[in-house]
Amino acid sequence: MTVGKRLDKVELVCPAGTPAALRAAVNAGADTVYCGFADETNARNFPGLNFSRKEMSESIAFAHGHGAKVLVAVNTFPRAGRPELWHQAVADVAAMKADAIIVADLGLLAYAAEKHPELRLHLSVQAAAANPDGINFYVERFRVRRVVLPRVLTVSEIAAINREIDCETEVFVYGGLCVMAEGRCSLSSYATGLSPNMNGVCSPPGAVAYVEKERELVSRLGDFTINRAGKGSPMPYPTLCKGRFCAGKVTSHIFEDPASLDASELIPQLIAAGATAFKIEGRQRSRSYTDAVVRAFRAAVDAVATGAPIPTGMLASLSEGGSTTRGAYQKTWR
Amino acid sequence: MSSSAPIPLIPAAFGFGLRPLPLAPLALAIDLVVRSVARRHDGMFGRLGPHSDKRFLIDPTDLPFVFVITPHIGNPSASVARSAEGLDFDARIAGPIAALVGLVHGAYDGDALFFSRDLVVEGDVEAVLALRNALDDAEIDLVEEAAAALGPLASPAQQVGKVAARWIEWMTGMAMSRPRVHHS
Repeated sequence: MTVGKRLDKVELVCPAGTPAALRAAVNAGADTVYCGFADETNARNFPGLNFSRKEMSESIAFAHGHGAKVLVAVNTFPRAGRPELWHQAVADVAAMKADAIIVADLGLLAYAAEKHPELRLHLSVQAAAANPDGINFYVERFRVRRVVLPRVLTVSEIAAINREIDCETEVFVYGGLCVMAEGRCSLSSYATGLSPNMNGVCSPPGAVAYVEKERELVSRLGDFTINRAGKGSPMPYPTLCKGRFCAGKVTSHIFEDPASLDASELIPQLIAAGATAFKIEGRQRSRSYTDAVVRAFRAAVDAVATGAPIPTGMLASLSEGGSTTRGAYQKTWR
Repeated sequence: MSSSAPIPLIPAAFGFGLRPLPLAPLALAIDLVVRSVARRHDGMFGRLGPHSDKRFLIDPTDLPFVFVITPHIGNPSASVARSAEGLDFDARIAGPIAALVGLVHGAYDGDALFFSRDLVVEGDVEAVLALRNALDDAEIDLVEEAAAALGPLASPAQQVGKVAARWIEWMTGMAMSRPRVHHS
């Protein structure tokens, strides 16, 4: 299939942390919006964020009324022996006629496939399915229709996977990056006892502290000082993976430099590699971010469709650390 | 909707010139706006949850005064002081007044302001996040809120206020109104 034919099927999947952000995403040109309930069932369980049942139902109606789809993320791992909250979330997503549910946990996938066979299943990036064998298992066993690929693959690896699987693939094109395999990272729980995998929060804000002294800003997570930013220096998210630490005589971002993924210039290659959906990270961000990033990627996808140059550089001010990277899609360190 | 232009700053001389002004009229205006927001956007309290009783110190770093706001459902309050010294608060949110107003209006992204150090938060980070997310979802326009607080004069006050806001925005670059969005 040519890039031109595949473009007809390309879907721009955009984040929404609130109903206002969902409306902003739809109005800015999102084909699809993903969001979650205001509890531990989704991996962006931050204070003041997410949707009540009533808000979700109204937002799905709004999106459908404007020709957009809604995917609901129920993508944390249920606590052993206490799956009721997650089971209820699956039932509610099905009752609300959402276009799909995004799930990571094997048990929850099995539950959804058995109890709600009409519900379209997407495999969350939190499942870290990064090879054809793993993906085919989910497809054959649970009828998963789409897999969100982890941000550890090159474009050629994505193409190789797509040749061996029988489901759609969704790839991240913009937003915050995790250096770890999603769903497997324990840094947050090591420092605070809470994790995105089980509780929906990476670096829970209750464990974060900032102190400003003479224009130097110090950030702490639990018992760890993770950053000291001097006057004018950018401050990254308060996560251990973006912290600056001393190793030997060098102080640096040991795990990962703070930067946001921006794969806008790789859209043609990703389409050629067989990706059918482009995902923008950032449910924890504002409606202003949603509007700007969705408009930028709508313009980029439309530019690819018409053969025009892809507009770039519009999103630097929204990026962590004020800089962007193509991440693992082009592994220059290999 | 989002602006990537540098955050406008109030000239230091202008800020210095504001120092002798009495605080009472400003305190009255801020209190009216806060009460109007709380009355007209009660959905915010669901997002604030247990943080609605927290005291938020709003510190416009290019102006010679600070605000302390307590959203408190049913009894919101606001006060104004010359500086943060001696004030009791749970969280401090500091930045140029243009950043703070632009954040309320949805012209700026809070995380981006934080990355660039245009915005600094201290104290109860959980409460700050809850407030930021509640305000963002409420789609507030400060001129509309101020006008609504004037009861029967709301409509003419809003018209005058919108003209004044557009003039200030044109003169200073501050985001003085909520960007237009389609809600139907």
